[in-house]
Amino acid sequence: MTRPDGRAPAGPPLTRAERAAERYTDGEWHRLHPATPLLRGGIVFIAIFGFVLSNLRERLIGFFVGTPQYAGDPLDAIYDHGWEGWALLGVAVILLLCFGAFYLSWRMHSFRITGDAVEVRSGILFRTQRKARLDRIQGINLVRPVLARIFGAAKLDVSVAGHDANVQLAYLGSSLADGLRGDVLRLASGVRAAEAEAAAEQSSAAPGEVSGQAASRTAVVGDLVGRRVNEFLAPELDPNAAPPESVVKIPPLRLLGSLLLSGFTVFVVIVVAVLIWGATSGAMWLLIVVLPGLIGSASFYINRFTKSLRYSIAGTADGVRVGFGLLSTSNETLPPGRIHAVEVLQPLLWRPFGWWQIRIDTAGHSREKGAAGQPNTTMLPVGDATDVSRVLSLVLPGFVTEEHREVIEAGMVSRGRDLFTGSPRRAAWIRPLSWQRTGYRLVDDAILLRRGLIWRSLAIVPLARLQSLELQQGPLDAALALAEARFHTVSGPVRPRLAAIDAPNGVRLFEEVSARAVAAADADRSHRWGRIAPDEPRTAPAASRTSVDAPIPLDAPRTEES
Amino acid sequence: MPERIDLTVGEWRRVSPKYVLVVIASTVITGLLLSGASVFLWLVGGWAFGWVALAVVVIISIVALIIAPRRARSIGYRLRDDDLLFRRGIMFQRFVSVPYGRMQLIDINRGPVSRMLGLADLKFVTAAASTGVMVPGLPEPEAAELRDRLVELAESRLAGL
Repeated sequence: MTRPDGRAPAGPPLTRAERAAERYTDGEWHRLHPATPLLRGGIVFIAIFGFVLSNLRERLIGFFVGTPQYAGDPLDAIYDHGWEGWALLGVAVILLLCFGAFYLSWRMHSFRITGDAVEVRSGILFRTQRKARLDRIQGINLVRPVLARIFGAAKLDVSVAGHDANVQLAYLGSSLADGLRGDVLRLASGVRAAEAEAAAEQSSAAPGEVSGQAASRTAVVGDLVGRRVNEFLAPELDPNAAPPESVVKIPPLRLLGSLLLSGFTVFVVIVVAVLIWGATSGAMWLLIVVLPGLIGSASFYINRFTKSLRYSIAGTADGVRVGFGLLSTSNETLPPGRIHAVEVLQPLLWRPFGWWQIRIDTAGHSREKGAAGQPNTTMLPVGDATDVSRVLSLVLPGFVTEEHREVIEAGMVSRGRDLFTGSPRRAAWIRPLSWQRTGYRLVDDAILLRRGLIWRSLAIVPLARLQSLELQQGPLDAALALAEARFHTVSGPVRPRLAAIDAPNGVRLFEEVSARAVAAADADRSHRWGRIAPDEPRTAPAASRTSVDAPIPLDAPRTEES
Repeated sequence: MPERIDLTVGEWRRVSPKYVLVVIASTVITGLLLSGASVFLWLVGGWAFGWVALAVVVIISIVALIIAPRRARSIGYRLRDDDLLFRRGIMFQRFVSVPYGRMQLIDINRGPVSRMLGLADLKFVTAAASTGVMVPGLPEPEAAELRDRLVELAESRLAGL
C-alpha cells in the first residue's frame, strides 16, 4: 500500500504528533499501546484490588497493630496447615496466566491503515477483523477515559454508517492518537498521489526540525510527570488546530442556567409541588415513593453539567471538531458532508435569555456517548445567536453564508409572513398557535423548515443528504386542503417534517425537492472532501477561514495545523 | 374547500387486481381470529363486554372488506427518470419519492396467500428507516424484473449516504 502522501503542497510542516503517527499509516500491521489490556480491563482491576483490600482490611490492621484473631478464615486455615508455599504458588500461577493472556491478547490485537481502509484484528480464540473504508468514514472520535488519561493513552473510534459500525483503536499513546486522526482524515479526504512530490520536497526540508525534536526528547523524558500533568490539563482542543474565530465555548454559568431552565426542571418542580401538597394533606407515603427519584435527579444535573463542561466546537480543515468532558474527555471530528439534518431549537424558558440548542442527524454513531450520555448529536448544548451562526457555518459550511443569514434569522425568530412560504389561515385549525410561523423555504440545495411558536424550531436539511421524501394527507388535512411533508433522513433526533402546509404548495414542494435532491446528490463530492476537481481553481483556505461567517470550502486543499 | 393532493405524473402503474384477494383473505383471517378471541373471552372467560368487542371486530372487518378493492386500487408506483414514485391510501394518502441512488436494498417477500396467487411484495430500503416503501401484490415475474431494473438503476446512480 502507498505511504501517506497526501500533503497540501504549500502547507506548513507536519506537527510532531503527525510525524510520530506517520509510520503507522504505511499499510502494515501495527500493535497498540502495550498497556491496552490493563486499560481495557482497568475498572475490573481496580474493583478486584479494592475488593481484596477491603476484605483484608482487618487483617492488615491486625498485622500492623495486633488485634484478636478470628477463626475460620481461609487465610487462617492456610496458615494453620502450613500451606503458605502452595498458596503463594497458586497466586503466582494465576498472575502469570493473567499476564500471559494479556500479552497474547496484546500480540494478537493489531491494526493497519492503508490508503483506503482502517482495519483492526483482535481476539485469541475467536478472531475478529473489522475494516472501515476511508471514504465511508462518518466521524472520528478521540476518547480519553480518566484512567487512560492518567497513563497518557487515548482511543480512536472510527465510525462508519450503521448501528455499532465502528472500528476502535484502543488504546494508543495520546499524541499518537492525535496524529493518527489527522493522518486518517487526510487519507480519507482523498488528497494524495498528485501531491506526492510536494510531500517528498517537504520531508527533505524537515531534517532541521527532526534534530530539534531529538534534542527536545531528552528534556521530555526527564519531565515525564510534567508532561502527563500538562496533558491532563491541556485544553480540549489544540489551539493550533483551528482558527480561534471558529471556536465556540460555553460559559459555565450559561450551561448551569440552561440546565436549570430545562424541561426536566419543570418536571422536578411539579414533583416537588406534589410532594409539598402531599406532605401538608397527610399523604406521607408520597415522600417515600418520590424522594429517591428526586435525589437521583441531582445526579442527573451534576452528570450533565460535568459532561458538558469544557464543550468546544471548532472548524478544522477536515470538518467540525466537537470536544467535551471534564475528566473523561471526548473529541469527535465530523468530516464535511456527514451531517444529514440540523435543527436549531429554543424552548420557551430559554427565550428570555436568547439561548438556542443545535442538534444534528448523522449516519454513524460513535460508541462513546456524548455529553450527558446522549449520542453525539447535540452540536451546541446552549448558545446565543452568535454561537448559533458560528456553529451553523461549521456544520453546513456550503450553505450558511452571509447571503443566507437573513433567511436563517427569519427561520429562527420570525413570527411568520416573510421570506418563508407560510401556511394559509385555515391551518389554524390544526396548528392554532403556530400556523403563522409554520413555513418552509428552499434555498440553494437545502430546505429550511420552520415551526413552533412556543417551542421554536428550524430544521435545515441539505438536499444532497436527503434519502427520500413523502407527502401525506389525512382526512382532516383533506377537508382543509392541507398536507404534510416529511423529509426522510438517517435516524436521529431531528425529524424534518412540516405539517399543515397548503396542499397545492405541498405538491409543488414535493415535485421541486424530489428533482433538486437528485441533482444535489449527483453534484455532491464530499465523501472525498479533499480531492479537487482538476478544473477547479485552488483557493487559499487560510484567507477565507479567518472570517467566521465565511464557509470552509469543501474542496479547498488541506492545510496542516502547525 | 376540500382538496385532495395529486401529483400530475400521468398514469400510475397499479398492482395486480388479484391483490384484492390477498387483502380480503388477510382481513377475513384477522377478523376471524379476533372474533374467536372475543367469543372465547365472552363465553368462557366470562368477560361481560365480550359481545361489544365482537361487534366492533365484526363491524371493522366488514368495513375493511368493503373498502378493500379501493385500497388495493389506490396503490400505485411509477418509475421516473431519477426516482421511484409510490402512492397508497384513500383516506390517508401518502406519496413517496425515492431517488434511485438512495436505494440500499430491495427485498422480495411472498406470503402464503400471495404465493398461491403468484404475487410478491417488493420492499425498498434506504438509509432512512422512515422511508417505508413497499409495493405489494406484484405478479412474480414483474416483481423480479422490477427488482433487477431498480438494482441496475441504483448502481448506475450510486451516491454516498
